[in-house]
Amino acid sequence: MSDRNERITLTIDGVEISGESGMTLIEAADAAGIYIPRLCHHPDLPPTGHCRVCTVTVNGGNGAACTRPVADGMVVENDTERLNTLRRNLIEMTFVEGNHYCPECEVSGDCELQAVAYRLGMTAPHYPALNPEREIDGSHPDVFIDRNRCILCGRCVRASALIDGKSIFGYKYRGIHKAVAVVVTDRLGETEIEATDKAVSVCPTQCLRVKRRGFRTPLGSRRFDREPIGIPERE
Amino acid sequence: MVQEQEALIERIVHDLGPDGTHVMDVARAVSKRFGYIPNSAIPTIARHLQLSPVEVRDMITFYGHLSTDPLGTTVVRLCNAVVENMMGAGEVAAAFERETGIRFGETTSDGEISLRYTACMGLSDQAPSALINDVPFTGIHPELVQEIVRGIRAGLNLTTLPGSGVRHNLKKPGEIIFRRSMEHGAAIDKLLGVSREEALEEIKRSGMRGAGGAGFPAGKKWELCKNASGDKHYVICNADEGEPGTFKDRVLLAYNAHQVFEGMTIAAYVVGATEGIVYLRDEYDYLRGHLERVLEERREKGVLGDTIRSYQKFSFDIRIEVGAGSYVVGEESALIESLEGKRAAPRERPPFPVQRGYLSQPTIVSNVETFTSAAAVIERGAEWFRSFGTDKSPGTKLLSVSGDVQQPGVYEIEYGTTIRTVLHLVGARNAQAVQIGGASGRCLSSGGFERRIAFEDVPTGGSFIVFGPGRDVLEYMRQFIEFFAEESCGWCTPCRVGTTLLSRFMDRLVAGEATRGDLDRAIEMCDTIRNASRCGLGITAPNPLLTSLESMPELYERRLSAESYAPQFDLGAELRAGAAAANRPAPQGM
Amino acid sequence: MAKSIVATGHFTGCFGCHMSLLDIDERILELVELVEFDKSPINDKKEFDRPVDIGIIEGGVSNEENVEVLRAFRANCRILVAIGACALTGGVPAMRNTVPLRECLEEAFVTGPTVVDGMIPNDPELPILLERVHPCRDLVKIDYEIPGCPPSADALWEALSALLEGREPVLSYEQLKYD
Repeated sequence: MSDRNERITLTIDGVEISGESGMTLIEAADAAGIYIPRLCHHPDLPPTGHCRVCTVTVNGGNGAACTRPVADGMVVENDTERLNTLRRNLIEMTFVEGNHYCPECEVSGDCELQAVAYRLGMTAPHYPALNPEREIDGSHPDVFIDRNRCILCGRCVRASALIDGKSIFGYKYRGIHKAVAVVVTDRLGETEIEATDKAVSVCPTQCLRVKRRGFRTPLGSRRFDREPIGIPERE
Repeated sequence: MVQEQEALIERIVHDLGPDGTHVMDVARAVSKRFGYIPNSAIPTIARHLQLSPVEVRDMITFYGHLSTDPLGTTVVRLCNAVVENMMGAGEVAAAFERETGIRFGETTSDGEISLRYTACMGLSDQAPSALINDVPFTGIHPELVQEIVRGIRAGLNLTTLPGSGVRHNLKKPGEIIFRRSMEHGAAIDKLLGVSREEALEEIKRSGMRGAGGAGFPAGKKWELCKNASGDKHYVICNADEGEPGTFKDRVLLAYNAHQVFEGMTIAAYVVGATEGIVYLRDEYDYLRGHLERVLEERREKGVLGDTIRSYQKFSFDIRIEVGAGSYVVGEESALIESLEGKRAAPRERPPFPVQRGYLSQPTIVSNVETFTSAAAVIERGAEWFRSFGTDKSPGTKLLSVSGDVQQPGVYEIEYGTTIRTVLHLVGARNAQAVQIGGASGRCLSSGGFERRIAFEDVPTGGSFIVFGPGRDVLEYMRQFIEFFAEESCGWCTPCRVGTTLLSRFMDRLVAGEATRGDLDRAIEMCDTIRNASRCGLGITAPNPLLTSLESMPELYERRLSAESYAPQFDLGAELRAGAAAANRPAPQGM
Repeated sequence: MAKSIVATGHFTGCFGCHMSLLDIDERILELVELVEFDKSPINDKKEFDRPVDIGIIEGGVSNEENVEVLRAFRANCRILVAIGACALTGGVPAMRNTVPLRECLEEAFVTGPTVVDGMIPNDPELPILLERVHPCRDLVKIDYEIPGCPPSADALWEALSALLEGREPVLSYEQLKYD
């Protein structure tokens, strides 16, 4: 990797910010206090560019801010009507791809998908619902997956491999059938996952979640009930 | 079986080395031996290759021709690409279902035969076609199916069955790519006393551009790779032509593989590579033996291997790797991922492969045709090369011509040739429209036939599909978009979900159910898919809709529902289902 | 100034959105000065008999009766406002969408643990179910959407007052909720 010492400057929506070479655009924006909406990115994990919600226009072309390295003199558009429409469309696609029933969901108010949708002003997903049949795996004593809410952000895949050192999660299949794989048998109970694993704590929709924690924080007083989602803290 | 699996895996790994990049070889071998890759083999493969089981599973479940579910002893993969459907693949499919008593997607109860559909496999000039195990069948018609199925059941050698075999079908050789006179090493000999820089200059002066369709200047690509620092440099030949309607590389590899390898060798000289790889699509596995023989011959003649000609310091060898059924692997960074033993998900760019490619080293990935032209440039010189084609698109282009034409096959034409000239050449009268560049290309109607095949006008990777009068062009556009949905790697949301939603829209459009408002919303969705997708697949996936709408808006006018707002679902069918569940008559006229 | 004519309707849901509408409390006195109700469960008026300015509907579309009534709302209302999760997404009733309809009915009426001598209801008086529960927009054009389960009284008040004043409703962060 290139070293991080070289100071560079770039503009985001006309505001000049400084960064260091080797940073990604989203890192530079975060450091400057400029929020670029995102879903799959997590500050403790390497970026992978799955959700494309952080799409920005860089020197006239589009790209994901989470993976784009900064360069001196970059001209970036971020908070524009065109990009926010595109992002809202992506969020709507994400909603109809899975089964996201906020009214009954135990993590409503504490869900990054919902929070980004709120922040972008989505009233409802406008694409036809795909209503896929998804499984719930409760085979592990402490951790479960409700795949209805999985958005294929890959945070669990990265965290399990790179931080937990367990490589429990991966992918299987392709296209709309692509799904998170749990080793070979798709049963959490047959893995070495623990409730304290990073993989369990990074899920944006908490479809991978520790058991017996639901409703500890009542609806209405959760993270995103009153305050919009913003730049995440590094752990 | 478990012991046999273990032994087989151990043997292959012993031969190749315990290296994760070989997972495709191991998976293909297990698949060939057992007909599928049992889940029980996954941890074994992982252990031997020092991978995690979930990585091995990821790779195996990605590719269309690998399966973790048992398949029949004989697998019939019938191609259901657009041209095949135009030429009667539907009737052939019905005949296979009739003869076997099963549906596509199923396996006979005795485990003998599985029926599967597959995407375009490079035989559109001889459609309908199928791969039965590894054997290509062409020009299949329903009457032939009974004989084929009987032959399979009787255990006959598949190559003896009617319909087996491929015609090469080179219709018009040109001056550069199919010039048969090139001697082995004729271009390499020109390098004697020529520095790497001088050779690069020659390529740059020729103005040659990548033949895959994007048209990146070849000299620029080589230069970037040459100047990139790395422990090793690689030259990769992309022989995974998966664009529907293309088959030129099949013909090129069959007729003129020497010149392909010659071009790769020159590229290796320029960028300083010692290792070259041909990534051959699984659908062309039947060409592998021939290619291996050509490589061996070149080694014997001293134009490949440890010491090439008298260059004491120049050694370069080429190996062939075979894929396992995927369209997106034709994208250069996806191809590299596949070579590294992973799912063929395109990489984020930058960095580009010329900077960080195969095994993170500087890598050239180029089209089969590009290497062939490069050899000609070095042999005959840039000036000579530039005497063909146009100023911005020098040289010649191979077209794979199929559809409603009298003479389907491969044509080498000069860049700058008009579409009308090509139509005349191939015997296509009264063409309604031409799909140029395959599903990801563009659909042009007669208003665009004066346009030219050239990067500055209509660029193409080479697929040229003609739709005659009376063809339902929108139905084929629907099939193209369905193809993208099936081939999306699934990495990013706009492509994974967007192509599926767009495919559903096209279903409704073709059924006459979509309104103008629905079309407007679909166009907005196209904008999101194009601008947010991670790679070329998503970026070009809306093209069938957008380009046909531009060239033939009247087709849409006729197809749109007159209603101002139409249900987004099949109301009649849903009510029938509800009535059936309650054992009541379905309501009428809702 | 002539009062605006308002109709309200409900499809498949829990009626919670109408309850939330009543939660506007004393503002209801302001509202009756501005509007007159046509077809609505509030006044128990069953049929449309004049053009309506604003139709407010809650609930998803799950059966043939919903289809018919929703179409009547669209035909009779100049502006149609869908409120609540069910009208906007199918909501909780749409959770059955991932299970085949027959299986749902069998579980509920035949094989469920509390069922004795069950049968799938087939009285001709009952509307026939759709295979899936749909948001209203899947069937008719919707002009405005107010999400929430239910939308808060403040959100509904904002929507109503905006439309009566002839402007676009603007929901604050607290008012735009899906739960």
